[in-house]
Order: sequence, then C-alpha cells, then structure tokens
Amino acid sequence: MAARQSFDIVVVGAGPAGLAAAIEAAKRGARTLVVDENNKPGGQLFKQIHKFFGSHEHRAGVRGYDIGRQLLDEAANSGVTVWLDAVVHGLFDSRVAVLREGRQVTVETGRIILATGASENAVAFPGSTLPGVMGAGAIQTMINVHRVLPGKRFVMLGSGNVGLIVCYQLMQAGAEVLAVVEAMPSIGGYGVHAAKIRRAGVPILVGTTISRVAGQGKVEAVVLATLGPDGKIDPQSERTLAADTVGLAVGLTPLTELAWMAGCEFFFSPKLGGHLPLHDDNMLTSLPYLYVAGDITGVEEASTAMEEGRLAGIAAAESLGLVAAATAAADKAAVRQRIEVLRSGPFGEGRRLAKAEILQQQALRSGQGGLSWKA
Amino acid sequence: MRVDKHPVLGDREIGRLVTISVDGSEIEAVEGEPIAAALLAQGMIVMRKTPRFGEPRGVFCGIGRCTDCAMTVDGIPNVRTCVTPLKAGMVITSNLKGGGE
Repeated sequence: MAARQSFDIVVVGAGPAGLAAAIEAAKRGARTLVVDENNKPGGQLFKQIHKFFGSHEHRAGVRGYDIGRQLLDEAANSGVTVWLDAVVHGLFDSRVAVLREGRQVTVETGRIILATGASENAVAFPGSTLPGVMGAGAIQTMINVHRVLPGKRFVMLGSGNVGLIVCYQLMQAGAEVLAVVEAMPSIGGYGVHAAKIRRAGVPILVGTTISRVAGQGKVEAVVLATLGPDGKIDPQSERTLAADTVGLAVGLTPLTELAWMAGCEFFFSPKLGGHLPLHDDNMLTSLPYLYVAGDITGVEEASTAMEEGRLAGIAAAESLGLVAAATAAADKAAVRQRIEVLRSGPFGEGRRLAKAEILQQQALRSGQGGLSWKA
Repeated sequence: MRVDKHPVLGDREIGRLVTISVDGSEIEAVEGEPIAAALLAQGMIVMRKTPRFGEPRGVFCGIGRCTDCAMTVDGIPNVRTCVTPLKAGMVITSNLKGGGE
C-alpha cells in the first residue's frame, strides 16, 4: 500500500520558478511541498556564475548562484517542504504520484504548479554522437558546479546567450575556445556577451555550421562549412579545426510530459520552444487545479521564471481562499509589471509578443463558444 | 582535468577523496560528485558502447535524460552516471565491447 500525504499546493521542480512559486504560496499560508528529481535544489541557477541583467528589483548584477542561495533561504524561512531525489511520475487529477527513496508516495493536494523547466535541444550531423559532443548546459554544469573540464579545445555551435556565456565561462575555467559557429547570418545573443568573447580573440563565425565531426571513438576534428544563400553547405568552404569537444547551444524545449499527462490544453509557439501548456495571466492552465511557471510555459530566462513562479504561487493561494481578492490583485499586478519590464527592449519584444499570443489563444478558447476550457 | 583555480569561483574546495574502481583500475575521486564528473576529470570520456553497432557514447545532456553516460555501478546496469553521486568503493564498469548487458 502506497504511503499517503497531503499538502495544499504541490510544486514540481525546485528551480527558480518552482522555488519562487512555493515561497509566495507558503507566505500566504499554504502548506506547500516542492518535489525535485535532482539531489540538489536550485535548478540551473547554481551553474550560472555570471551577473544577471535587468533592474534592481530583478537583482541585476547578482550572480545566479547567489540568487539560488537567497531563494533556498527564503524557502526554508517560509516553511516550504522540499523533497529531493524524488520523481513525480504521474498526475491523477489532483493526486500526485511520487517515487521517493525507492518508495511510492501519493500526495493529495488542492493545487499543482508545474515548474519543470526545459531541456537542451540536440542537433544531428555526422559524428554528432561521438563522445566529446555535449550540450552547452552540460559543459556549464561540469565546469562551474563540479569543477571539471570535459575537454581542452572547444567549438560552440550556436551564438545565442547560452552559447556565448558558456564560451566565456570555458575560458574562465582555463579552456581554449576555437570558434563559435552560427548558421544564421547574425549573432543570436546580447552584444555585450559577444563582445566579451571577441575581445578574448574567439571568432564568431556567422552563416557557418558544423558539417561533420571526425575522430576515432571521440571528437578529434570539427569540420566547418559556410552556408550558401539556399541554406545548404558549400563543400568548397570546408575547413577543419583541431577541437576535442563540441558544445551544442541550439535552444531548449519545455519539459511538458506531466502537463500532457494531466490533459491540459496546449499551444504551439515556435518562438518559445514548441508545444507548451496554454495558460491565462494567473498562470492557470485549462485545468482548474493546474498552474505552470517558468520555462515549461515558454523558454525565457531565470528572472522571468521567478516572476512567473511568484504569479502562480499567489494565484494558487488565492484560489484556495487563503488571500483576499483585492490583496491578491495588488500583489499580482506588481509582479506582472515587473514581467513587462523583463520582456521590454529589443531582445524581449519577440518573447512579449509570443506570450501575448498565448493569452489571446487562452481567452479565445475559454470564452463563449470556447473549445474545451474546463475551468 | 580539474578546474582548481577560478577567477569568479575561487579555489576549488576539495571534498573527501575516496577510491573507486573503474574497469578494474582504482581512481581517486571526490565523494558526492557525479560519477561522470570524476571520470571526465580523469580524461575518461567513453562511458559505453551501443548494444547493436558498438558505437562509443559519452556524457551528452548531463541532466539524466539522454542515458548516453549509462554504466554498470556495483552490479546495477544502466546507471545514469551524470546524476548519480559517487560513493567510496564503488565498482564501475563501462560496456566497451558493446553487445547486450
């Protein structure tokens, strides 16, 4: 017989979104449980050793791991229960099935907040399965958290912020970065990150891709090629770099398995990483007990994830009758305003529009004659 | 290779050093770090070979999803070494011949 437990709110994922959600919910009196499959909380914050952007309220200038420590302290002080090494493997309406320390535990709950994050995309080319081809995030974890360099000479595929930042951090860790390779005609990430690695002498090769990786049982050579106007590899342009490790920084995909299992409505947003749970401006999905926050709702960055988590935490507590509507409205308005700021500017514009599209879709489907909105 | 010095993170705090066995050789590693990190620090990047074609695989995702780093740990097959904390005396074997477990 499986063990049973009960909480007001269960949050899946102890990253920035999940912890922020749990803190807000617990502060408002909700008995809150956070479940995470990893053996340490904090999600990807502890490998982010760079200073964050944004305004003072967004803790700009503070490094990722310090934000992680602050969140953990706050969670402990607000009475949040955290289960680590615990896998949520099933949602049965508002019952959450957890595998914890080898035992099955069923948690009865009023509200569920999914903050499962995202996983890195892979890209296939001849040799892409050779040892030495790794996700950029995996490299970042190894160097910054475990203090191990998985190679000596790196090539990074993808010039978004992840690719650029990990290159800089590889150099901080003592590695050599031979090149950043970008298929698009321009650099994807912030100019300030690109400038840092260019100043260090790393070329960012736009309109270029990896045509293949060669080596006996491991990466020994990376063959680059220029892309023609038709987007195809120009074989005449091939040249070889003597790298031993390739980082793939080619985007992320929301981790949505539990949302699919729950059966909430989905929306396809290429800009935000693919299929993601449709949600309203309270982060509520089409199921009345299921909220979402962070990268599962569209891939952005940690600051936005925390704000979305706060929104979900406040809204979930409010829906349980723990907060007066007027108080909750004011709290949520403040968070939404901060989210607007994070999505402003030339780099936030695309995300802001994509997020607005989600809300429009949600309104359309939940309105009169809506498709199958169940709230 | 270990990252001992770091301009932001400072010197590496070395935890308790323990000994494990990897394919019959004893190596020194840090207790609690992921098994895969200890192996990468030794320059060991091939964790297994694929059952059918015998192709080498190493750490890819680092978050326990892709299973490319799966090895046999204390007799238990298919352990995801990137998310499994290392303990003193572990006996780890790769499956470098390919073929079934």
